[in-house]
Amino acid sequence: RMACWILNEKLSVLLLLVWLGLNLYLFIDTFLWYEDEDAYIYTRIMLGSTLAWARASAACLNFNCMLILLPVSRNLISFLRGASACCGGAPRRQLDKNIAFHKVVAYGIAVNASKLFCCCCCSLPLNYFEFHSDSNTTGEVLTTIAGVTGVMITVAFVLIVTSSTELIRRSCYEVFWYTHHLFVVFFIGLIIHGTGQLIRGQTPHSLLLHNITYCKEHYLEWEKATQCPLPQFSGNKPVVRVMFAFSCQGVILHWVSQNHRTVGVVTHSSGVLELHMKKRGFKMEAGQYIFLQCSSISPLEWHPFTLTSAPEEDFFSVHIRVAGDWTAALFKTFGAEEKAFKELWMLPRLVVDGPYGSATTDVFRYGVSVCIAAGIGVTPFASILKSIWYKCCNPNTVLVLQKVDAVVSKYALPLLLKIKTLQRVSPKSHLATHIALHYDQKMDVITGLRQKTFYGRPNWDSEFKQLAENHPSSSIGVFFCGPKNLSKILQKMCSSYSTADPRGVQFHYNEESF
Amino acid sequence: MGQIEWAMWANEQALAAGLIMLTGGVVAVAGQFKGWYFAAYAIAAGAFVCLLEYPRSKRQKGSTMERCGQRYMTAVLKVFGPLTRNYYIRAILHAALAVPAGFLLSTILGTVCLGIASGIYLLAAVRGEEWRPIEQKPRERPHMGDTIKQPPSNPPPRPPADARKKQMAEVGGQVNPIPVEAE
Repeated sequence: RMACWILNEKLSVLLLLVWLGLNLYLFIDTFLWYEDEDAYIYTRIMLGSTLAWARASAACLNFNCMLILLPVSRNLISFLRGASACCGGAPRRQLDKNIAFHKVVAYGIAVNASKLFCCCCCSLPLNYFEFHSDSNTTGEVLTTIAGVTGVMITVAFVLIVTSSTELIRRSCYEVFWYTHHLFVVFFIGLIIHGTGQLIRGQTPHSLLLHNITYCKEHYLEWEKATQCPLPQFSGNKPVVRVMFAFSCQGVILHWVSQNHRTVGVVTHSSGVLELHMKKRGFKMEAGQYIFLQCSSISPLEWHPFTLTSAPEEDFFSVHIRVAGDWTAALFKTFGAEEKAFKELWMLPRLVVDGPYGSATTDVFRYGVSVCIAAGIGVTPFASILKSIWYKCCNPNTVLVLQKVDAVVSKYALPLLLKIKTLQRVSPKSHLATHIALHYDQKMDVITGLRQKTFYGRPNWDSEFKQLAENHPSSSIGVFFCGPKNLSKILQKMCSSYSTADPRGVQFHYNEESF
Repeated sequence: MGQIEWAMWANEQALAAGLIMLTGGVVAVAGQFKGWYFAAYAIAAGAFVCLLEYPRSKRQKGSTMERCGQRYMTAVLKVFGPLTRNYYIRAILHAALAVPAGFLLSTILGTVCLGIASGIYLLAAVRGEEWRPIEQKPRERPHMGDTIKQPPSNPPPRPPADARKKQMAEVGGQVNPIPVEAE
């Protein structure tokens, strides 16, 4: 079982190890360099090994701060997903774990920041005591650039961390969302923090004139002996520059990923708001999502919605159910309450950002795909089923996909109607659909289906066993969108029913996450 | 999204601030910095804040995730009544606790964080939130006897699914729920 898990997750484990290894390498390398380098010999005598500890932590911190923005820049992830199309599913599945990686890097930052903070606390007072033993050190340090920015970025980081704990993220999303924008403060502070040049090495020129091995023993002869002129010190700028470049790159990537697009047509249906939109140059794949912003409601709020239209259609659409403040306000502004048809120009302007890729775009890459949706998670699959329908209607396209299994729950009614039409249009296609529903109230909607419909919570063990028996020696894509508990169960299933033999049945787990 | 409960964030922030203060204090005492008695104070204050903030308050609606083992601390805090319940008092207490630690470099971060937490608590207090203990409810067992009163409408052994469908269709053909009159 353990072997299976490692086999399935080998790339994630490998990535984690690489990340850890790089951190460790950077730490040790910097540590040794500062312990041995002649230029820092006097600083070392003053501070002891805190110097090396601080510099090594700082190097790791720089590295992690460079990495932290990469997994959350959506355009980059979308681009990489497109670029890795040629090399199979495994690297693409890694891209779905971007948030997990973001979290891991954040933990890395937390660990290194606390190390650096402790070192600074130990070394800075010493540093200043040597020269201004009468002054108030706290006030002294806080007037330096490095001191102020250091406190500032740490406070920003602490705020970001405390507001993104699981509990806060789930229950007050706005707090999490807005405090995460402190990242601007964090990165600006980080760049400035380095420019303080608090730690200085002896200049190479000074090192030539100044014989360290002799002078460090004869402190009193400084300036008098020819071997020992006063040493000259300077801060190291290149590190600052490199860090600046990395941070800028990260910030730019983040901003680039928020490009805006405007919108055309809108229609309504009862209960749920359905927006049909048109946009020149808008290219999408099944299962992707967009961000919507309505400036007449809130100029700052961006909300993700999964596209429910197929790529073959000439417009794109989203379905929005009234669930909270924002969706209710949207419902009102689009006049869905009054039945009268509003003129197009009267409708408020929407700004669209996207589309951004997600795991479900890979459905067509597998011979057999299993889509499991629970709760509202069914929306991405609506688009996919629509797309399948279009592909079936068009005789020119060759469909790799042979079988779709859909396991859905009670929100799936409109979707089921689509499957119905699908079967009506192409009765001879070998698309077999299998629907397992658990707790559904309106049975009459489904009776028209030609497929067997199962009710109740599916027995995952038997489902997976059957799948493995029915499709020996094929790779099966398992696509899931829904709550976390089920995700864990399914992941376990996928790894336990895959065979170690590469020619045998393989379950590939893909998860859509928001 | 509904109402934001600021106290929840304030709680997380204050707990983090307490830990930071504790760490800063330990570092300063271990290093015997100048003014390390402030650090000794910071250790005490940090530990106190951590203990005070460890038990989460009950949320106004929805279920609350408890921190593990928080019920022992909840019992202690409940004893103090309005002192721990009122967020105004908590905001002032945190602000006051934060000040002395600000004189030492290694605890200044704790001061700033605790100050922010105090600000958020003030906001929570203004919006009328208060700390309420999470109490263990005795679990009620669902009464099985009450829900099952009628015999099952389709008792086993059942015919296979497709046969059943056919049967249903036949039944539908024979008996009309609404009487139809021939014209």
